[in-house]
Formats: sequence, structure tokens, C-alpha cells
Amino acid sequence: MSIVVAGVSKRFNEFVALEDVSVEVARGSLTALLGPSGSGKSTLLRVIAGLEQPDAGSVTISGLDVTHRPPQDRGVGFVFQHYAAFKHMTVWDNVAFGLTIRRRPKHQIRTRVAELLELVQLEGLAKRYPAQLSGGQRQRMGLARALAVDPEVLLLDEPFGALDARVRKELRAWLRRLHDETHTTTVIVTHDQEEAMDVADEVVVMNRGRIEQVAGPVDLYERPANEFVMTFVGQANRLGDAFVRPHDLELVLEPNGATREAMIERIVHLGFEVRVELLREDGEPLSVQLTRDDAERLELDRGQIVYVRPTRQTTFT
Amino acid sequence: MRKVGLRVVALGYLGLVLVGPLTMVFWRTFEHGFGTFWSTLSEPNTVHAFELTLLVAAIAVPLNTVFGIVCALAIVRRRFPGKGIVNAFVDLPLALSPVVVGLSLFLLYGRGGWFYGFFTGHGVRILFALPSMVLATVFVSLPFVAREVVPTLREIGEEQEQAAHTLGASGWQTFWRVTLPSIRWAVIYGVVLTTARCLGEYGAVAVVSGRIEGKTETATLRVQDQYENFNLAGAYGISLALAAIAVCVLVAMTMLRPREGAPA
Repeated sequence: MSIVVAGVSKRFNEFVALEDVSVEVARGSLTALLGPSGSGKSTLLRVIAGLEQPDAGSVTISGLDVTHRPPQDRGVGFVFQHYAAFKHMTVWDNVAFGLTIRRRPKHQIRTRVAELLELVQLEGLAKRYPAQLSGGQRQRMGLARALAVDPEVLLLDEPFGALDARVRKELRAWLRRLHDETHTTTVIVTHDQEEAMDVADEVVVMNRGRIEQVAGPVDLYERPANEFVMTFVGQANRLGDAFVRPHDLELVLEPNGATREAMIERIVHLGFEVRVELLREDGEPLSVQLTRDDAERLELDRGQIVYVRPTRQTTFT
Repeated sequence: MRKVGLRVVALGYLGLVLVGPLTMVFWRTFEHGFGTFWSTLSEPNTVHAFELTLLVAAIAVPLNTVFGIVCALAIVRRRFPGKGIVNAFVDLPLALSPVVVGLSLFLLYGRGGWFYGFFTGHGVRILFALPSMVLATVFVSLPFVAREVVPTLREIGEEQEQAAHTLGASGWQTFWRVTLPSIRWAVIYGVVLTTARCLGEYGAVAVVSGRIEGKTETATLRVQDQYENFNLAGAYGISLALAAIAVCVLVAMTMLRPREGAPA
């Protein structure tokens, strides 16, 4: 194991940010900490980095107990949501910072920085200042800066949260490729379940300072441990005690014994998919996902009465 | 029309309270020619007064710069009991009349004061000598660096410093390489204000120095002294020299300041 967090608790005054959290991150893996805001995911990452001191519990990195070590002695690379770029330094000096601090020989720094700038595709911008870069470029600089010191673990705190949707997707794919090349143990914090599923090998779902489930993306979606994971990771409809994913609902025009009646409230076209929002006879909303072809074949209309039947559902005891 | 009105008011006010009196001093100084001006300035007691003013400033400004930065860091970056009180006390010299400061030093170090016995016993003269003048000047010029640096520290936030830590920098390295470069303009501005305050200090120093000509008389005290002795040309000359130093400091600062929009 690369990172072992054992029984960590952390309070900020009255607010309980982490409550007896234990989690292990495998060497060379890419793990996502996923949860809504206030779930403690960022605090957990900061505790691992040493930027927050836990009230209880311990943090071990590569077999070494680092609980009482300052951040600079933990061998971590940290990437901040708002970049935390050194504004008074050029891109080159930003990336070289960790190496300069370690008093590495000049020629070695030069080679390493050039290599990293090429890796993050910022070769031409070495002499610029952070203020002259776009958000995406700044974050790539932040990544290069964190990678420069060859960290044991790379920690990213909502690294793409401040970027627009397209750049976010690009950087996500790029991060995944980078990880596949370098195999640095990486932990990424995100509140975006799509991002977590897209980029990570393993997802740690957090809620209210606790861990709800640790699983791979497929298991997480197919076999959620509880109601929270079911509803937070992907959409889910509630049918009595059961939960049904929008694509596990069949929509027909004629009733048969197993179907329930509902009225179409809204039809949303999302390219290949069509989302139909329904209102059940008891006033509960329902969301159904169809392919565009199915939706066209049924000739659906707003206000129309239709019948739905779950093809697959999940219950939690 | 409204814009012109505002401009007239602003310029008129500045002219009336700032430029007018300064022009007057300028005119009076050179009324009797440049020779008179030069001879008043080169008088040994006047030269000594300027030297003393600069010496006091040279001690007080570095002290208050270091204190101001440390104090601002403590106020913004640390949590400790009594922080609110520290924050409020830094402003005290702005609110307190310098004469009161002088008097309180007098009571502390004068005959019968708390520290009188200690220093007299060790043969150190505080009152009517350089130490008390430095103390008084340090007190009145204390807030400027801290007041300039606090808002800048708040604005830049803690993340750059945290990033430096994760990259292996110690607290000291982080301060020199990240924090100080980020607040340097606030520090420079604070130093300029502190210097100006030190050069111009009158009230507190007047109380504790004893105003001994050629010994504990600073430039501002010398102005008053010359004026009282009906040497108006001397008073104007020294005033003009003080004003000239102030203008030089301001111009230097304006030239040093980075242009708006340039990377800081």
C-alpha cells in the first residue's frame, strides 16, 4: 500500500469534517475521493498532504508514519483547485521551485524542467508569468511543478473544478494518460461523479465525514453499497423501497399488469439520449432514459399518459 | 460638467491646503537669494540636526519594518488568544497624540519612573539623549508597515505558501521566496510612509529630547528653534529641505511602483 489512513478524525470548531476515516490507496493506482461539498474529501486529502493536522488517527505514506511530519517532509506533490501559482515567478521558475529548494545542480534542473514543460505542453510559454496563462495552462503548470520533485504520491484537490467543461474533459483524459505513463500513485478529489468514474481505477465515496463505499467505477454503479451511493453516483428513481436507474425503466403506451401510470412532464433531447421526465399518479417524479430511436418510435408528447415498468431494481435493507 | 466640477473642487482643495503653503515656504526661502539658503543649511548645528534626524530614522525604520511584517504575519496567518487586542493596539499610535507618547516615556524613564533606577544604575542615559528619541519615533511610526501588509497578505491568501511547503520549502524558505516577494510593494509603501513619519516627527521627540542645540535637536525641532529666535530664513530653509526630501521619497516610490496591469 502506498497511502494508509487509519482512524482519522478532524473537527473545525463544531463541524465534524472527518469521523474515524480509514482508507488504503494501492501503489501506482489512481484513486478518486468523491462526495458532495462538505463531505470531508478535501480535508482528507489535506490531512494526507500534511496541510491539516488530524485530531486523531495516523497517516502512513510508503510504509512511513508521517502523521507528525510537516508537508515538506512527506514526499507529496499537491495540485490546488485555484492553481496556487507563484505569481511573481515565470512558468519556468514555478516548475523549477522544488528542485531549486533542494539545491539540485543547475544543469540537472534545466534538463528536468524542460522535460516537464514538454510533458505538459508549455514549452513555448516558459518565460511567461502565470497571469498571462489561461486556466488550463496554469493548471498544467501546477501539475508540472508538483511532478518536478518526483513525489511518492500526487494529490489533486478538485484540479479541474475552476475550468470550463471542454478544457476539463481534455485535461482529465490527459491526466489519465500521464498516469498510465508515470504510474505515480495519484489521489484526485472531485465532486463530479462522471469525472471520478472516467479517470479513476478506484473511487472512494464520502459523505458527512465518513466513507460510504470504496469500489471500482463499474461496481460502484452496478452494486452500490447503500442508498446514498445509489443516488449520488448516477441518477436513481425511487419506487417504494426500491431504486431504479433511469435506463432500467421500460416505457410503453399500453398498460399491462406490471406497469404503473404516469404523465409526461418534459422531454429533454441530449443528443443520442432522450430523457423523459414523468409525474406518477401519486405525484412522485420519475426520470426515464431512452435512446433517440426508441423515443422517436413511441412518438411521445408532453401531457401524454404512458406506462412504466422497471426491468431492474435495487433494494437496500 | 459634473466631472469638471469635481476636478475643480479636488484641485482647489489640494491647492489651498497643500500646494499653497509649500509654495509660500519655497518663495520665502529664496527671497534673499540662494546664498542665504545655502549658508543657513550649512550651519554646523543645522547639519547636526539633519544628521540626527537621519540617524533616528535609520534606526527606527528597519525596526518597524521587521516588526510590521512579523506583526502582519501573526495577525493574518496565525490564530492565538489576544489576536484582536494586538490588531487594535497596532493602530494605537495613529490615534494617540505624539505629545502623550512623549509624556508617557518621560514618566517611565524620568526621575521616579519604573525604569529610571535600572538604566541610571547601568550608566545609560535614556531621556534627553538618542535612546528616548528613537523610542518615541519608533512608537509613532509603528503602524504603517503592518497596516500596508495586512490587507495584501489577506488578498494573496495562504495557498501559495502551502504549495511551497508541499514542494519542500521550510517556513523560512517560503517566507523569503514566496511570501516576501508577494508583499514587497506593500512593504515598500509601508517603509516610505514610515520614513516620512520618522523624518517629520515633532511632538513626542520634542518632549523627550530636551531640544539641546547641536546635541538632541532634530531637523523639525530646529525649524521651531530658528523660528522662535527670529531667524526666519533659517526656519524656511530647513523646512524646504525637509519638504524636498519628502518629495524625493514620493517620486522615487512612484517610479519604483510597477505599472498597472504588468505582472507583479
